[in-house]
Amino acid sequence: MMRLERRAVPSRVMVWGAPLIALGLTLLAGCALFALLGVPVLAALHAFFVEPLTSRYGLGELGVKAAPLVMIAVALSIGFRAQVWNIGAEGQLIAGAIAGGSVALALYEIEAWYVLPAMVLGGLAGGMAWAAVPAFLKVRFNANEILTSLMMSYIAVLLLSLLVSGPLRDPDGFNFPESRLFHDAALLPRPWSGTRLHAGAAVALLVVVAGWVLLSRTLLGFALRVHGQAPRAARHAGFRASSLVWFSLLAGGAMAGLAGLFEVAGPIGQLLPSISPGYGFTAIIVAFVGRLHPVGVLFAGLIMALSYLGGESAQITLGLPLAVTGVFQGMLLFFLLATDVLIRYRVRTGTRT
Amino acid sequence: MSDVWILTLLTIVTAATPLVYAGIGELVVERAGVLNLGLEGLMLGGAVAAFAVAHLSGSATLGILAGLAAGVLLATLFAFLTLTLQSSQVATGLALTIFGIGLTALIGQSLVGIAFGGLPQLSVSWLSAIPVFGPLLFEHDILVYGSFALVATVAWFLSRTRAGLVLRAVGDSPESAHALGHPVIRVRYAAVLFGGGCAGLGGAYLSLAYTPMWVENMSGGRGWIALALVVFAVWQPGRLLFGAYLFGGIGILQLHGQALGLTWPSQLMSMLPYLATILVLVLISRDGGRIRRNAPASIGRPFHPTL
Amino acid sequence: MQSASPPLMRLTGITKAYPGVLANDAVDLSIRAGEIQALLGENGAGKSTLVKVMYGLLQADAGSVHWDGEAVTIGSPARARQLGIAMVFQHFSLFDALSVLENVALGTGLDADAELAERIVSVSERYGLPLDPNRSVYTLSVGERQRIEIVRCLLQEPRLLIMDEPTSVLTPVEVDTLFETLARLAAEGVAILYISHKLGEIRALCHSATILRGGRRVADADPARASADDLARLMMGDGVQLGAAGAGVLGTPANASTGRQAPCPSDAAGTVRLSTSGLDLAAGAPDALALRDITLSIAAGELVGIAGVAGNGQDELLAALAGERRAPNAEDVLLDGTAIGRSGPGERRRLGLCSVPEERLGHGAVPELSLSENVLLTAHHRAPVARGGPLLDRRAAKAFAQRIIEEFDVRCDGPDSVASSLSGGNLQKFIVGREILQAPGVLVISQPTWGVDAGAAATIHRALRALAADGVAVLLISQDLDELMALCDRIGALCAGRLSTFYATADVDVRQVGLLMGGAASLEAAA
Repeated sequence: MMRLERRAVPSRVMVWGAPLIALGLTLLAGCALFALLGVPVLAALHAFFVEPLTSRYGLGELGVKAAPLVMIAVALSIGFRAQVWNIGAEGQLIAGAIAGGSVALALYEIEAWYVLPAMVLGGLAGGMAWAAVPAFLKVRFNANEILTSLMMSYIAVLLLSLLVSGPLRDPDGFNFPESRLFHDAALLPRPWSGTRLHAGAAVALLVVVAGWVLLSRTLLGFALRVHGQAPRAARHAGFRASSLVWFSLLAGGAMAGLAGLFEVAGPIGQLLPSISPGYGFTAIIVAFVGRLHPVGVLFAGLIMALSYLGGESAQITLGLPLAVTGVFQGMLLFFLLATDVLIRYRVRTGTRT
Repeated sequence: MSDVWILTLLTIVTAATPLVYAGIGELVVERAGVLNLGLEGLMLGGAVAAFAVAHLSGSATLGILAGLAAGVLLATLFAFLTLTLQSSQVATGLALTIFGIGLTALIGQSLVGIAFGGLPQLSVSWLSAIPVFGPLLFEHDILVYGSFALVATVAWFLSRTRAGLVLRAVGDSPESAHALGHPVIRVRYAAVLFGGGCAGLGGAYLSLAYTPMWVENMSGGRGWIALALVVFAVWQPGRLLFGAYLFGGIGILQLHGQALGLTWPSQLMSMLPYLATILVLVLISRDGGRIRRNAPASIGRPFHPTL
Repeated sequence: MQSASPPLMRLTGITKAYPGVLANDAVDLSIRAGEIQALLGENGAGKSTLVKVMYGLLQADAGSVHWDGEAVTIGSPARARQLGIAMVFQHFSLFDALSVLENVALGTGLDADAELAERIVSVSERYGLPLDPNRSVYTLSVGERQRIEIVRCLLQEPRLLIMDEPTSVLTPVEVDTLFETLARLAAEGVAILYISHKLGEIRALCHSATILRGGRRVADADPARASADDLARLMMGDGVQLGAAGAGVLGTPANASTGRQAPCPSDAAGTVRLSTSGLDLAAGAPDALALRDITLSIAAGELVGIAGVAGNGQDELLAALAGERRAPNAEDVLLDGTAIGRSGPGERRRLGLCSVPEERLGHGAVPELSLSENVLLTAHHRAPVARGGPLLDRRAAKAFAQRIIEEFDVRCDGPDSVASSLSGGNLQKFIVGREILQAPGVLVISQPTWGVDAGAAATIHRALRALAADGVAVLLISQDLDELMALCDRIGALCAGRLSTFYATADVDVRQVGLLMGGAASLEAAA
C-alpha cells in the first residue's frame, strides 16, 4: 500500500524536479496518444515540438502565442498566491480588446502618434473594468470570485458578438459580423520582418521582471503571499484584505485586457466574434505549470505556446485534430498536480505501524 | 392555455433536466466538503460517451449507461488527485474541464453531424390525457422522470439515513469525523464518484435527448451554472430543483423571446442566465449567517488524516 | 477504595518510541473498579501516548495489557469501546452545524432517533449535565459541548473512563459539577483515569496518582497525603523551585508570595498608556461574541491580567486592541492619549502598541515562511526593519531574526528555518521576542504559555516581568489562573464579552477570580 507521509520541511529539490517529471510524463502520455490515434509517434513528436521552431516565422509565432499567455499568467499567479481566484481572464481579455478596439475604430483614418497609446489605455481600462465586477462583488458581498469572474467571461463573449454584429460592424463589409480593418496607425509595428511578432513579446518580458520584483522584493508582494497562506496573520500584520483582492483582480484584468488589445491590434487587425483561442483559460494552466512564479511562468508559457503551434503543425502535416492541443495541456496540468504532491509529502510503501 | 405556452413549458423541463442532474450530483459532493469545478468536463464526457455508444449499439439504454460510466471514470481521476494525492481542488477541477473539453472533442470528431433518434417518451396514456397537465407532466423520457426521483432520493438520503448523516458530518468537520473513526476519504470518494455519475447522466441527456447529436463543447457552460445552482439552493435538494427550473426557464425565455413577442437581440437574452446567477450569488453570499449555518464548513480544504 | 479485587486494567512495561523520542519507557499502570486515579506529568511526559495506547489509537512497541485479569490486544478504539473503555478527549470531535442528537449518534454508532433522544435526556440529567437533543452544537458553550462528549461515553456504560485535561475549558462552578458527576460514577463502580497537571484538583478529587516524567513512571502518590509541593517535585524532578517561573505549570495556590514583584516604583509608573472606555464591538460573525462596555486602563510598568475561560471574548478583545477590528469611534481606544480606535494594526504598531495573538501558526506567524520573513510580518512598521520605501529590507529582517533567536534562546536551524519546523515553545519564544525587541510602549499578549513547555514558559514569564520593569504597560489575557496570579499586579475577568471590575492580585484568591470568570461583574455583586 502506498502511503503519504508529510515532510517536515517542503523539499526544495522537488520544487523544480516535479514540473520536469510532469513534463516527462506528459510526453510519454502524448506518445501513447499518438500511437492510439494511429499516427507515427516520432513524426508526431517532431511535428509537435520541433517543426514550429525551425523557421523564422515559427519562432515569431512562438512569441505571438506566448506573449499573451505569459503576461496574463504572471498577473494571475500573483493573484492565485493571494488565494484570489480570477478565472475570468478570458472575459477580461475580450473586454480589453473591445475597449481598445473601439478606440481604434473611433479614431479611424487618423494617422497620429497617440492612436496606439490611446488604444493601449483602452485595453487596460477595459480589462480592469471587467475585473472590477468580481472584485467589487467579493469585497462588498463576499461573492465567490471564481463564479462571478466566470459568468462575466460568458457575458463578454456575448457582448463582443453583439457589438460586431451591430454598432461596430464594418459598414462596407457585406454584412459580416466583423469590424473594419484597423488603419495603419492603429496597428502594432512588426519589428521582425517575416514574422507576426509584435511589441507584446517585449511587454511580456517586462511583466515577468516586474512580477518577480513585486513578489519577492516589495511589501505589497509580501502582503499578497501572506494573505494567501495565512489570512489571519495578514490581518494581524495590518494588510487589508480588500485592497489585496482589488489589486489582484485589477492586475489580472489589466494584463488580460492589454493582451486582448495586442491581439486585435497585432495578429488579427480588427474585431471579430472570436479573438482568442482561449488564452484566458490557458493562462490559468500556465500559471500553475509555472508554479506561480514569474520565471517559471515564462518557461511554462513558452511550452504552452509551443503546444498550440504544435497542434496546428500536426494538423497540417499529419491531419491530427486540433483538439489534441487541449488534451496535451490538460494532461500536463494533471501530471503537474500529481507530482506536486512530492514536494510536501514523501511516498512510503508498506503498512502503517 | 395555448399550445405555444405548453410547448414552452415543456422545453423548460428539457432545459432544466441537465442542470438538475449536474447540480444534484455536485450538491452531494459539496455536502461532503469537496469542490469539483470540473463539471463541464464531466458533462461533456458523459455526452460523448452516451452518444457514441448509443449510435454504435442503437440502444439508448446502453448510451445512458455509458454516459453514467464516463462520468464516474473521469470523476475517479479527480478523486484520486484531490483525495489521495491532496492536490488543489480548484486547480484539479479546472484541469478536468480543460482536459475534458479537449478529450471529448477528440473522441467526438467522427460523431459530428450524425443524427440520433432521441429518447423514447414514456407516457401513461390515461394520465397524459388530462388536459393541460397531462402532456406537461406525463409525456417525458426516462431521464426526466429519473431526475425527479434522483432529487427525492438524495433528499431522503441526506436527512434520513445514517450514511447521509455521516456524509454531512464529513462535510462539516472532517477532522472530527476522522477522530470518531468514520472513513472520511472513502466517504468523499463515494460522493465524488456519485457526483461524476450524475454529471455524466446530465451530459447523456444533452446528447441523447436535448439536442440529439454531438457537437464539440456542447455543454455550453451548463456545468458552471450548475455550480452556481448549488449555492443558490443553499445546498438543499428541493431548492436545487426549483433553481434548475428557474434558470432553465430564463434560458428558454431568450430562445423563444421572439416567438413570444420580445424583441431584444438574442445575445442579450443569452446573457440573462449568467446575470441571474451573479445576482443570486450576491444575494446568498451577503448573508453570512445563512452561509455559515448551511454551507458545508470544510468545502475546498484538503484533508490529510493524521493521528 | 483499596479492596482486594484484581485491577480492572493493568499495563505492564508499555514502551512506545517515535523517531527521535522515547514517548513511553516501560511504563506500568494499574487501576481498579471505582478508583479515581490521576495521571500526572507536565507537557511531553508521555501521558497522551499512554492513554492512546489504552484506547487503541496506538499500538505499543512492547509491553502487555490485561483487562479483568486476561491479556488483551486493543487494536482500535472500537475494540476499546467493546471492552468498556471510554475516553473524553481534550479536543472535542463535534459537528457545529448538526444537532446534539446527531452528534451523539455519530460518536456512538447508534441511530439518531427518538429513543436515543430520550436516553440522552435521561442520562444527561441523571449525572447533572442537562442537554437538549435538538439544539445545534454551534449554539452551545464550551462547557455544554463537553457534556456531549461525556454523554457519548456514558451511553456506552463504560467500566473505565479516561478524561484528558477535562477542566481546562471549564469555570470553577462547572468544575465542581464535573467532580460531582465523576464521584458518582466512581461510587457506581466505574474506574476513572484523570489526566491533569492541576495539582489542586487532583488533591481534591483523586484517590491515587501515577506520575510520569520523561516517558517513565517515576512514582505513585496518595493525593490525600502528599502536598502540592511533593507532587510538583515528583513531576518536575529535584531542584524545582515553586517559583513564579513554574507557577504556570504547577498550579500553586494563589497568594504564594514567591517571585511576584511589586511594580517598579519609578516615576514613569502610574502614567496610563493604554485605555478604553465603554468600548462596544459588535460580533464579527454570526457565532462570534460581541464585546460590551469594555473599560480598562493599563499604566506604565503594570502587568494587568484578564482571566477567562476560552470563548468568552478573548480573541475579540485582542482583535479590538491590536487593531484587527476597528472600534466604532476613534476615542474608544486611547494610546498615550492618542485616539486610535479607528486605526489599523500598522498604525498602532507605529505608535508603540504591539501584540501577540493566541494562535501561533496562522495568526502570529505564517507556518510556511522562514523566521526572517515572519519578522517582516509585524516589524516592517518599526525600526530597524522598516525602510520607508516600497522595497523590503531583507538583510535587516534577517539580522533582527538572528537577534531574537539569540536573546530568547530559540532552538531552530537559524533565521532561514521555516516557522512550522519549530516546536510550540520555541515558536512562541520567537513571536514574543519579536514583539518585545521592537521596544513597544504597550504589549497586549494572549495565552502566552499555552501548549508551551516549562522551560519556554519560564523564559517568557521572565521576559514579561522584565518588560514591565522597564516601564512598558503589559496586558496579559490568559486561561491559566496560576500564571495570572503569579505575574500580574491587577486582575479582572472576561465573561461573555464583558469585563469585571479589576482587583489587585494580592487582594483576591482563585475562588474569587473564578466567580468573576463565571460572570460576576464584581465581587460585591456576587456576594
